[in-house]
Amino acid sequence: MMGTNSAMSNPNASQQVILVQGVSKVYNQNTDEQVIALQDINLEVCEGEFVSLIGPSGCGKSTLLRLIADLIQPTEGALRINGKDPYRARVDQDYGMVFQSATLLDWRTVQKNVELPLEIMRYSTSERRTRARDALRLVELDKFTNHYPWQLSGGMQQRVSIARALAFEPSLLLMDEPFGALDEFTRERMNMELLRIWRETNITVVFVTHSIPEAIFLSSRVVVMSARPGRITSIVDIDLPYPRIFETRESPRYFEKVNIVRELLRDAHEVG
Amino acid sequence: MAEMTGVSASTSRRQSLGSRLRYYLPTIVVAVAVLVIWEAAVDIFNIREFILPKPTDILAEFLAQLRTFLTPGEQSILFEAARATLWSAFGGFIIGCGVGIVVALATARWTILSEATMPFAIAANSVPIIAFAPIMNNWFGITNPASKMAIVAIIVFFPTMINTVRGLTLVDRGALELMTSYAAGGFKILWALRIPNALPFIFSALRVASSLSVIGAVVSEFFGGPRATLGVYITQEASGFNFTRAWAAILVASMIGILFYNVVLLMERRMMPWYHAQRQTH
Ligand SMILES: Nc1ncnc2c1ncn2[C@@H]1O[C@H](COP(=O)(O)OP(=O)(O)OP(=O)(O)O)[C@@H](O)[C@H]1O
Ligand SMILES: [Mg+2]
Repeated sequence: MMGTNSAMSNPNASQQVILVQGVSKVYNQNTDEQVIALQDINLEVCEGEFVSLIGPSGCGKSTLLRLIADLIQPTEGALRINGKDPYRARVDQDYGMVFQSATLLDWRTVQKNVELPLEIMRYSTSERRTRARDALRLVELDKFTNHYPWQLSGGMQQRVSIARALAFEPSLLLMDEPFGALDEFTRERMNMELLRIWRETNITVVFVTHSIPEAIFLSSRVVVMSARPGRITSIVDIDLPYPRIFETRESPRYFEKVNIVRELLRDAHEVG
Repeated sequence: MAEMTGVSASTSRRQSLGSRLRYYLPTIVVAVAVLVIWEAAVDIFNIREFILPKPTDILAEFLAQLRTFLTPGEQSILFEAARATLWSAFGGFIIGCGVGIVVALATARWTILSEATMPFAIAANSVPIIAFAPIMNNWFGITNPASKMAIVAIIVFFPTMINTVRGLTLVDRGALELMTSYAAGGFKILWALRIPNALPFIFSALRVASSLSVIGAVVSEFFGGPRATLGVYITQEASGFNFTRAWAAILVASMIGILFYNVVLLMERRMMPWYHAQRQTH
């Protein structure tokens, strides 16, 4: 399955993973607190893509991820995940989700937190242990397996939650600002690590971020959103070659893309 | 490196004898001071025994009873009474807390049931249960320990049940969402999320219940019971003007209460290592 991601230049050739059709989400409908979080969202994500969602705070990025994950239901429109109903996809454990807050269980050690999904999916004890340990090594926390969450910094907690999502090797990874709490250097290392995992497997990633450089560096496509109501204003193909390395961040085409997305985001802010 | 921010688990958990002593020192100082003032006040103001005996006299009475109790072939009514009351309090504690937790688990499983029963539980919790002691004496027989156990069980049932339901239902929304994202079943959510979440609530109820159970047992014995129970012993010695004996019995009752409390505390530390360690450094 290696090298599947080279097909990203021709998405039509790959399998469709996410289909969002005319989706709107209204919170607290018909009350004083009614919020139109998303309006008429159309999006298609294919196997092996790395798609980033970027937009002002409150534009509905987390809401869109929650809809894909079947944690909330759309007010209008429909979604398909791997050609299935989102409910079916959730029950089949098609995706792993990294939430905006780490949501670790206080009473479990780091190791046990990462083992939680494996427990629910009935992996054997030894399988759980090795998988959790491997996932923790990826996020550079294998020395902290026996610590409790409160003994870790915010950024470390977030990395544990990433390991937890990676441990069962889902084919679709939904990540809500996973690196928001990290320092610049750890963030860059995590970016490289994520890209490596993505390239070595044929995993599909939907990635929410507030950082334009991060979105450009990682993604094959960047979805720009505007707020009030949450809409997709444009989708930018990032046709920089993979593997992306340190030098990618210094190439003229990289800066060109950063500027394009920055312009689009500025427009999105003005609309909102 | 970010790793430096991690706290080593072993250093925060282990405590030296010296730091422990420092922790308890204020308590010891206060206790000794109160006893010294008490002793001196009885001497200086010439307070009569029936108002307030001297701590040393109470201690002497206690030690004399203890010696009798430990001598083979001799019997100490005080310690017989202590054993009976401890048994009533313990039995009632186990029954009341056990049933409270089980009922809470059942009601939390079926939300409608919990919503229907909680108002009753909260209302019942403010009823002075001890007032039922004479009725329980009628039901089970005045000398039957079951009449005391019943009172204790009812007293500890309500706070335990209410707290357990709270702990099972006041769960972090994000954590619930996480479990939903894994399509975890109801039983798994109960076992892996709701019950661990409820443990701190349950133990805070058990701590309260540990004191309540001794109070409940002694007070219900005030309403009548066998001679060898602390409540009856205290009433009889007091009405016979043996105040030092009555006070010695009160001392024994407090010791039972402290024993219960510490057993609960010990269990709490064993079952919630994460919770205890977290609070120690905060
Ligand atoms: N459970 C909820 N109930 C009511 N309104 C909500 C709820 N969740 C989100 N909203 C509203 O929907 C809108 C979109 O929220 P969402 O969390 O999706 O934004 P976001 O793009 O993820 O923002 P951020 O970048 O700050 O995380 C916001 O206006 C928010 O107030
Ligand atoms: Mg968000």
